[in-house]
Amino acid sequence: MEYIPKTEKEEEEMLAEIGVSSFEDLLAIPASLRLNRPLDLPPPLSQPALKRKMLNLSRKNAETTSILSFLGGGSYDHYVPSTVDHVLRRSEFYTAYTPYQAEMSQGLLQTIYEYQTMICQLTGMEVACASVYDGASALAEGALMAIRRTKRKKVLIAQTVHPHYRQVVETYLSGLEGVELKEIPLHGGRVSLQAFEDAIDDSVAAVLIQHPNFFGQLEEMETIAQQVHAEGGLLVMAVDPISLGVLKTPGEYQADIAVGEGQALGNAISYGGPYVGFFATRREMIRQMPGRVVGATTDTEGRPGFCLTLQTREQHIRRERATSNICTNQALNALASAVYMATVGRAGLREVALLCLAKSHAAYEKILGIPGISAPFPGPFFKEFVIRLPFSVSGFLEDLSRDGLFAGIDLGAYYPEFEDHLLICVTEQHESEEIDRLVKKIQAAS
Amino acid sequence: MEKLIFEKSVEGRRGVTFPTEALEGFSVDQVLPKEFQREIPLPLPEVSENELMRHYTRLSQDNYGVDTGFYPLGSCTMKYNPKINEDVARFPGFSQVHPLQPKEASQGALELIYELEQILSEISGMAGISLQPAAGAQGELTGMLITRAYHQGQGRQRRKVVIPDSAHGTNPASAHLAGFTVQTVRSNRNGLLDIDDLAKVVDEDTAALMLTNPNTLGLFERQIEEIVRIVHDAGALMYLDGANLNALLGLTRPGDMGFDLVHFNLHKTFSTPHGGGGPGAGPVGVASSLIPYLPFPVIQKAEGRYLLDSNRPQSIGRVHGFYGNFGILVRAYTYIRRLGAIGLSAVSRNAILNANYLKKKLEAHYPVPMDRSCMHEFVVSAKAFREKGIHAWDIAKRLIDYGFYPPTVNFPLIVPEALMIEPPESESRETLDAFAAAMLEIRKEIDQAPEKLLGAPDTCTVGRMNEVQAAKQLNVRYEPK
Repeated sequence: MEYIPKTEKEEEEMLAEIGVSSFEDLLAIPASLRLNRPLDLPPPLSQPALKRKMLNLSRKNAETTSILSFLGGGSYDHYVPSTVDHVLRRSEFYTAYTPYQAEMSQGLLQTIYEYQTMICQLTGMEVACASVYDGASALAEGALMAIRRTKRKKVLIAQTVHPHYRQVVETYLSGLEGVELKEIPLHGGRVSLQAFEDAIDDSVAAVLIQHPNFFGQLEEMETIAQQVHAEGGLLVMAVDPISLGVLKTPGEYQADIAVGEGQALGNAISYGGPYVGFFATRREMIRQMPGRVVGATTDTEGRPGFCLTLQTREQHIRRERATSNICTNQALNALASAVYMATVGRAGLREVALLCLAKSHAAYEKILGIPGISAPFPGPFFKEFVIRLPFSVSGFLEDLSRDGLFAGIDLGAYYPEFEDHLLICVTEQHESEEIDRLVKKIQAAS
Repeated sequence: MEKLIFEKSVEGRRGVTFPTEALEGFSVDQVLPKEFQREIPLPLPEVSENELMRHYTRLSQDNYGVDTGFYPLGSCTMKYNPKINEDVARFPGFSQVHPLQPKEASQGALELIYELEQILSEISGMAGISLQPAAGAQGELTGMLITRAYHQGQGRQRRKVVIPDSAHGTNPASAHLAGFTVQTVRSNRNGLLDIDDLAKVVDEDTAALMLTNPNTLGLFERQIEEIVRIVHDAGALMYLDGANLNALLGLTRPGDMGFDLVHFNLHKTFSTPHGGGGPGAGPVGVASSLIPYLPFPVIQKAEGRYLLDSNRPQSIGRVHGFYGNFGILVRAYTYIRRLGAIGLSAVSRNAILNANYLKKKLEAHYPVPMDRSCMHEFVVSAKAFREKGIHAWDIAKRLIDYGFYPPTVNFPLIVPEALMIEPPESESRETLDAFAAAMLEIRKEIDQAPEKLLGAPDTCTVGRMNEVQAAKQLNVRYEPK
């Protein structure tokens, strides 16, 4: 077996050196608990047969490279520069352990330090951690941190936050005694400012907002920030990192915690994972922050270098008093994000953001030109928008998917009141002919 | 030290360019009111592709991975990461599949998830599996929330989770996050769970015992049947931290031992790369009575088709944005299909053989506090060297100079000056011999030249890092001068 470098002869010699005559003499599992049959698993495959089998299995999925897709909703098709995978394939990185032994891990530590810096540059925040699991758990960790920080127990979450994120936040808070999670209803595709004003008071630990929200709409962040801060609560903002090439940052909105899904920064859509949650906050709150942090320091001879720091917040030291239970996170995906940000650079990220903005608005205008199609949400948006169709969305999507076109997300599946509403995502990847193809399909169905 | 990428930045350089025809005649202000626009600068680095590749290549060269050499890291199972797994995970039919695309267009992904669940169920003897948790700690949280929901479903509230003093720190942290208080149970002088102490602390307020078996000393809890009886008699659940599952494949099964919940670490037992700190995957397995509480959506098979079931009224909820770290699941599935049942049991047999072989080579030179047949790992103590001013940490750092990654140090907490050594099945006898030889050399140095240990490492680009300074003078991001 190619993964186990041991011959029978070697095994015998090793057993003899240990001083036992057989493997059975070595095994400390009581006989009553031994499994006395082989596991009932599919038979092993040779490497060539395995590759064929896996290729065939993968072909049972439609891949977006051969399909025209306008799906977004938290997983985005942005161009991934070739540099990214070439760095990820450096096996000194991907086969490495968490850099606890700093001297043998300077390379990885430096990439994380640079990643933390780039997340701060992107979000306008002061400090960032090495990563959490994904956008959804990042938002949940934001809520937990706000509860720790304010010692308050009520969390408000906008109904315009990604439905899956709201579900994950609910799960994460469900075990905590006395913690209340309250949803703020939406109005016109944004969180209702009236409902928000009614719900906010000095018992609120945090307000959780997504911007752009699940519908692609931009929330009225300044008003929201002002009100939550007036009551002494924290503002936790989930943002699309690509949008920050052009949109005002969480830092400019005075957010206390900025989180988000980092997938769009150089990570494959990969059926929903592995992705990477980013997490940034204000410097004064760094000791409340979850996750690993890399810091710059010097060695015994004064040479500059890096190590993991603030580990006294973490579970392996603090056990049940840790700021979070997270240990293994998404380091390689964070590396992909760093390589992406460094490759596109200052000008490139702005271009990508502008291209998303320009192309999505061009598509929006064309689609709205079709008689019978309406735009239920009038506010500004970034790369996703909602249209209302004069016919059943689900049947329409099924027909189109048979033609190799995924037109968007059926909002009725998440919000019963938005039956016949379609969420469309347009990125820099879409050609204008592709947008025209979508427009024609909608036209034909209308 | 390699310069920071920010220090290499030159205004106007590009690592990639985009076609910008679509921006001709486009005015941002027309679609985006000024008040929504970024005003602060975006100081991301500006480097050419060549400079970028050299930067990251050089950084990779200043880093150690399994492909570089041996990682005897206890409880981390740093085994070889097969290359076919990497190739398969990058097939466009896996990597370019959108999580919200129609189920009819995702049947391959769902089939893989379903099949992997079946396989983990057979390996562990647990009736139901969820692949959603992204890492072991998220699996623990999921398991603890299921525990909580189960007791609530029985119409009672139980507040306490019992955890041995030898457990990983994530166990108490996860239990706490799920709203439990943590009660510690002692280990006895043989390094096993103290049954008498357990009987004292387990009561009608106990929700679960979280146990690692084999435990963090690499010892199999031989009295596991008695432990299970005590815990179940009190109406509490048995939770297995599956960190050490690499010792059990095909030899015994957690479900058969009486565990009600278990989490797996696919990045340990099933060969997916650790990635420098993730992504991993931390699936959870449960007994049949706990299946209703598993996270939704649940993958089901009906009439040869796979579908997602989110209508699970008793579920603890969703723990991941989509279906977990799918790309990692692809790798683990590929690994298991390469090995089959015989190959998987060979994994555990060889892991156990390697550990006992290495223990035999070291035990005359480094005290093994609980000396008996170990499973896949063992712990030696450097306490005897304290009087010479040498700590476990110094031995660890000196190993770096011999070209090895150090073992897990100062853990488990019940052994003073612990070095926890795990030689996975993928390591050859020559590697084990070379590691043992280095440890023996270091043992001589402790007596004859302790300064070599105290000054170690001296073969890296840096020496020992000042961690106190890092925490006191926090510098966690680059700021231009």
